[in-house]
Amino acid sequence: MTTFAQSLRIQGRVINALLMREVITRFGRENLGVLWLVAEPMVFTLGVTAFWYAAKLNHGSAIPIVAFAITGYSSVLLWRNTVNRANGGIQSNLSLLYHRNVRVIDVFISRIIIEMAGATGSFLVLAVFFTLIEQIDAPVDPLMVLAGWGMLAWFGASLAIVIGAATAYSEIVERVWGPVSYLIFPLSGAAFMVDWVPPAMQEVVLYMPMVHGVEMLRDGYFGDIVRTHYDIGYVALVNLVLTLLGLVLLRDAAKRTEMK
Amino acid sequence: MIRLENVVKSYPTRFGPRRVLDRVNLELGRGSNLGILGRNGAGKSTLIRLLSGAEQPTSGRIHRGMSVSWPLAFTGAFQTHLTGIDNLKFICRVYGVDWKPLVRFVEDFTELGLYLREPVLHYSAGMSMRLAFALSMAIEFDCFLIDEGLAVGDARFGHRCHVELFEKRKDRAFILVSHDPHIIKMYCERACVLHEGRIHDFDTVDEAYQFYESALVPAPTVVFD
Repeated sequence: MTTFAQSLRIQGRVINALLMREVITRFGRENLGVLWLVAEPMVFTLGVTAFWYAAKLNHGSAIPIVAFAITGYSSVLLWRNTVNRANGGIQSNLSLLYHRNVRVIDVFISRIIIEMAGATGSFLVLAVFFTLIEQIDAPVDPLMVLAGWGMLAWFGASLAIVIGAATAYSEIVERVWGPVSYLIFPLSGAAFMVDWVPPAMQEVVLYMPMVHGVEMLRDGYFGDIVRTHYDIGYVALVNLVLTLLGLVLLRDAAKRTEMK
Repeated sequence: MIRLENVVKSYPTRFGPRRVLDRVNLELGRGSNLGILGRNGAGKSTLIRLLSGAEQPTSGRIHRGMSVSWPLAFTGAFQTHLTGIDNLKFICRVYGVDWKPLVRFVEDFTELGLYLREPVLHYSAGMSMRLAFALSMAIEFDCFLIDEGLAVGDARFGHRCHVELFEKRKDRAFILVSHDPHIIKMYCERACVLHEGRIHDFDTVDEAYQFYESALVPAPTVVFD
């Protein structure tokens, strides 16, 4: 019998192996190599920031537009990219399951780690850079920023496992996730603050768990110059339910996987 | 010891679930070997996938008391954008083995030269096969799973595979599946036949061979008017 500690060691080893494999496969060794992991989301965020700057999307509020865009778009990348990569993760790694130690969950965990590292790195570099050139101020409450970011990351990871595992049940999930992620983007709280929308609409958007995460993030970043609306208990509950659902789906997904 | 207890594997089809393996029971002790004969579509590869752990049985239990290899010389798990060496590193990391001392062996065995540092994408089928076989030999297992013909590469390479597997590792267990009774007869001390999802066990390879030959010829269908 393998003890829990041994199993944990094996899983750590497998995830490490998958991380290295994935990073080299995706980013190669040419030019920037692994730095693309951070550069890619940075380019995205900078582009979007430029657009929002031109469009003055902060609606004349007290928040500087650059800080608004960076906090908003980075948080979208955090959960959306993670889910995108997990989606179809089983199919593209099926043959690895011939190695007994490699389990479906390892594939997801390694992909989640990579996406989170990229999004977090990009957010950090941009925040530090714009702070240094004095375009934005340093966060008022870094711990709150961390808490908001953590909630968004947890949301992204649990949703990634749900969507990724669900593709083993129906291929429709894989196709539908793309459009769905586009459609929920405007509601995700990235491009607006809850306080700006009419009260009736506020109730609706506050059903979206990621809205709470972004609001927390911005509360920590801007402090009292903005009014934020969020409920940590609500996101935590949604995340917990998603995590459990994901793990249940995953357990049977492994049984359903079929080799080619 | 590897033990299969009442293993059933069904796959969904458009016409409902199809049972590919039906209550299969098997046992294999350390250091012993077993040949499994079966026609095309008899479920041989399904059995290998279950044994390797790539797929889970629909019902029944698989007990593995020794380490079981992935299907020998399986090329499908290569990440083709990685080089041969990268793939070696990956396998070694998964199995917790230091890769550096193995580079020499893989170089000598595959004779791939500079190509070992090229993406697998640029390999011919024979080159991939050589790399795959070398990686299979790089990690030590108690039991090897061998799917189909060992007729890999040219005669020279075939001979070297034979030496690595059946001479240097003759203390190991293996399960060899094939549709070719001659291969089974050449390598295995025991054989069974996989026919219509069921395992038919025999004491000698010859008995298995006889059953297989008779099962191959479909019994004449008697039609009553």
